[in-house]
Amino acid sequence: MTTLAKIQDLSIALPKNADREFAVENLSVDIHKGEIVCVVGESGSGKSMTASALMGLLPDELTVTSGRIMLGDLNILQQSEQQMRRIRGPRIGMIFQEPMTALNPLRTAGDQIAEMFRAHTDLKPDQQKFRALDLLKEVGIPDPELAYRAYPHELSGGQRQRVMIAMALALEPEILIADEPTTALDVTVQAQILELIRTIQQRSGMGVLFITHDFSVVSEIADRVIVMQHGSIVESGNARDVLENPQHSYTKTLIAAVPGLIPPPPRDLSRQVVAEVSSLSKTYRTGGGVFGRARRVTHAVRDANFTLTEGATVGIVGESGSGKSTLARCIVRLQSSDAGQVMFGDVDFAALQGRSLRENRHLVQMIFQDPYGSLNPRRTVGDLVTQGLVARGMKYSDALAKGQELFALVGLDPTVMDRMPHQFSGGQRQRVGIARALALEPRLLIADEAVSALDVSVQAQVLDLLVDLRDRLSLSILFITHDLRVAAQVCDRIIIMQRGEIVEQGLTADVFANPSHPYTRSLLASVPGAA
Amino acid sequence: MLILQLAVKRLMSSIPTLLILLVGLFLLLQLAPGDTVDALIAQLGGGSAETAEELRRYYGLDGSTMARLLDYLWRLVRLDLGFSAIYDKPVATVIFERLPVTLLLMVLSLSFAFIMGMLLGIISARKVNGWLDTILSLLGMVFYATPAFWLGLMSIVIFSIRLGWLPPGGYYDILAGNTGLAHVWDVTRHMLQPTVTLALIYMAIYLRIMRASMLEVSTLDFVRTARAKGLSRNQIIRHHILRNALLPMITIMGLQAGAILGGSVVIESVFSLPGIGKLAYESVIQRDLNMLLGIVFVSALMVIVVNFVVDLIYAYLDPRITSEKV
Amino acid sequence: MNVLRYFARSPAAMFGLVLLGCIIGFALFADVLYPKNPLGLAGRPLQWPDLTSRFLLGTDASGRDIAAQLVHGARTTLIMAGVSTVIAIAIGIVIGAIAGFYGGWVDNLLMRITEAFQTLPNFILLLVLVVVVGSTMTSVTLAIGVVSWPPVARLTRAEFLSLRSREFVQACRAIGLRNRWIIFREILPNALPPIIVYGSVVMALAILLESSLAFLELSDPNVASWGNLIGHGRKVLRSEWYVAAIPGGAILLTILAVNLVGQGLNDALNPRLRNR
Repeated sequence: MTTLAKIQDLSIALPKNADREFAVENLSVDIHKGEIVCVVGESGSGKSMTASALMGLLPDELTVTSGRIMLGDLNILQQSEQQMRRIRGPRIGMIFQEPMTALNPLRTAGDQIAEMFRAHTDLKPDQQKFRALDLLKEVGIPDPELAYRAYPHELSGGQRQRVMIAMALALEPEILIADEPTTALDVTVQAQILELIRTIQQRSGMGVLFITHDFSVVSEIADRVIVMQHGSIVESGNARDVLENPQHSYTKTLIAAVPGLIPPPPRDLSRQVVAEVSSLSKTYRTGGGVFGRARRVTHAVRDANFTLTEGATVGIVGESGSGKSTLARCIVRLQSSDAGQVMFGDVDFAALQGRSLRENRHLVQMIFQDPYGSLNPRRTVGDLVTQGLVARGMKYSDALAKGQELFALVGLDPTVMDRMPHQFSGGQRQRVGIARALALEPRLLIADEAVSALDVSVQAQVLDLLVDLRDRLSLSILFITHDLRVAAQVCDRIIIMQRGEIVEQGLTADVFANPSHPYTRSLLASVPGAA
Repeated sequence: MLILQLAVKRLMSSIPTLLILLVGLFLLLQLAPGDTVDALIAQLGGGSAETAEELRRYYGLDGSTMARLLDYLWRLVRLDLGFSAIYDKPVATVIFERLPVTLLLMVLSLSFAFIMGMLLGIISARKVNGWLDTILSLLGMVFYATPAFWLGLMSIVIFSIRLGWLPPGGYYDILAGNTGLAHVWDVTRHMLQPTVTLALIYMAIYLRIMRASMLEVSTLDFVRTARAKGLSRNQIIRHHILRNALLPMITIMGLQAGAILGGSVVIESVFSLPGIGKLAYESVIQRDLNMLLGIVFVSALMVIVVNFVVDLIYAYLDPRITSEKV
Repeated sequence: MNVLRYFARSPAAMFGLVLLGCIIGFALFADVLYPKNPLGLAGRPLQWPDLTSRFLLGTDASGRDIAAQLVHGARTTLIMAGVSTVIAIAIGIVIGAIAGFYGGWVDNLLMRITEAFQTLPNFILLLVLVVVVGSTMTSVTLAIGVVSWPPVARLTRAEFLSLRSREFVQACRAIGLRNRWIIFREILPNALPPIIVYGSVVMALAILLESSLAFLELSDPNVASWGNLIGHGRKVLRSEWYVAAIPGGAILLTILAVNLVGQGLNDALNPRLRNR
């Protein structure tokens, strides 16, 4: 087997004030011809830095203190900027996580691909265009001529990533570096892109360095796996060996943290109805006005009907644009719906206004996605949790006592109530968010992608907490997620949404075992590591 | 075509803005102590109450506020800006006599400021915190802090009084009676000081924006992509950073149009240029309210036109505009 | 605390702060340094600056002490600029916050009004206001405040637009806090830093506007003001250019100090730029 690149004993120092000394420490990786190497780790593990170092694109604050990176006979670390330019593109191609921001918004996709040829070859403009169109065809874009002329904002996320891949492959590099290339994509698109990378890699025989945090993606694509933690390799080996028989405890945790795709058997559920959502609809109208063109009407949510019962978790699953978040926001009244009811007993929460809405807000509460954005950075966490109680007229001292109970309930030490949000980790902040939502003793708790922004190991803990709270407080939970694996594990019932409509709903075990709608089937088939 | 459609839409939307502005100002000026007639009588050296009454009727100043407002707006629609008692001419005539000087000053200094600010900003951003960047930033800071009229005066002291290179004021030398190229040269010599003075101050702003904008854009993801493509620094700047960095510059140009017009009031006074800035100042002194309202109307129109052009340029540079907003 | 440390680390910002401190010192102790009326006759007119004479910076065409006018002018300038900045920021925050938070037709209406103000060159609007309200120091200060708020409103609105969709604001709505509370107690503190930094720009512009007005002899003639002094100096520019040059330098230094402090604050408050 030919070795294309060898990273040997690489150490990269972090700036002085960082929380540890090295971003990457004594790292050695080989990249072979015709092989996909996955580097797996959670945020801050140094996996992305490894990729940047190989490309010679380390941020200025970081310095390589030891080791070498050999590409054939060249040590990349000793190349001048000018020499590196002949390596980036022709010999190593790279694709990134965010295909939207990774493309220049002011230039067409075709122009940006053709730029590869302009910079590195003597091809004439019409030949450049011809080759670029060829590449677009190769990465499976339906109408290459159209895509060539399109600006990035006119393409979908998956198409943009295809353009990025076309660009990286333009000069047939020996090595492709893929830095979390599917993390920002929907699951069905992710499956297509993974498939594409696989196919191209096999056809061209290049070596791929694939960076990811997701073990289910690893199982889908990797030949060899390298697990990183805090800048060092904790385990490496053949993909199947590592997945089936992990040695290091950290690898075991990471693999265990990936929820299984087979739901547990259904539980006995209470029949006590908490809320009844009927014919709920939300339509967006854009454009219009006197001088505008024809109005564009988007049915974000169309005629949603379902029942929420006590002590049960109902999952809403869908890809971006399916309307699942809009539905949640309409129920919790962060947006108003156009039609339909949300009945709590004989109160139609969807129809309340002003004062009566404020007074009934305690019925539904919400946990948000972003553990950093959902807490006001200028208030103590204690304030954040007790605020709602005080606003409802509770005495401050009572609210404080109640706040301490809540902190204990969500597994936080009550003495930290006077700290600011930035002093907490992501998982802890999410607990604060949960405490805040529980303060008003809601009957329905909506969790909008509440664990998506967390590392997998933390994700599991927060999910456990939610299940525990549901059972202890007989809560009804509406769980919004894009992740079918998570949904399989925590939801009793599941609702599948596509383009604003509920296409299927039922007991999770039933839906996963016998999906009736074709869209549900394609979703389930796209989940990485499903096969 | 989409671009034009968008720009026309923006232009239409500035009509209510203009209306708010004119009605507001008209009502505001009703509160002003003394009107044109008072000023005129004062100029004539006093007059009886009857004379004043007659003059008011003559200039249409005797109706109710509402009636006069409607009358005023109706006349504006027909581009009739009223009559200036002080100049004894229609306001529009006086303004259009003076307009070319101001337009010349504005266009010259704005282009000079924009182009130099852009170039120096690029130079500055290429080597951040290098000696050239430090000097340019420092100079930019000083010019930004300098009052335009004072810079003008000091320039007169040096270049007109001490060195005698340039005329200290005026638009052209009336006595010389130059024609053709000689006249153009004469105007150039006269316009050089005011243009450069005004331009230097606004250049400081553009320099700062361009530098910051270049630095901002160079941290974006697509610049990393460009580096990963193996492009050289100059290629990255030319093909990827520059156009993106120009967007905020264009926005600022629209916002600054009004400021430069305001700055021309002072500069035209310093250099005795017969433009509408100086006219505005004179009409304040002479309480020629008709004239002042006329100038306000014309300068608002100029700002709207500049913003129209800015919108067109922006939409040309940024393809996202036309697809999202129309 | 971090902000202060970052601020102190920048030599330019500290230089600005010291400079501003000196100017404020002169303004505070104007009556101690020059107890007599700075606009009264002090000696022979048009004496050149001479560090050994009674008049450090010379006298103007009316025989008034330039140094005395400079020091008293500092007081006028700072009070005027400070008050008009506060006015502009107060109006701007209220309008921008309401427009940005509520959106819809409220936003539309308020932004049309803001646009109307911005469509007019602010110096020309200032001239109109001075015609209406007169040229006393109070009215000029008010007028400058009134013409300076639109950019503050736009900035505040932009901050509110981005903050109101943030999850912490939505969380506040979900727990039933009142809009007024959310606007002023939750969002505003987060929106404030860039607005405060922009305050330095407003203040610098206020100083420029007032001095331009005074230079054109449209500001209050009865107070010692740098702009007035330059206006007088213009008449003797041909021979005694120092009369105009000296107060101009004072304006330049003051604005420079304000800007340096503002920029220092900006860098300290904006952690993303710290590493540059």
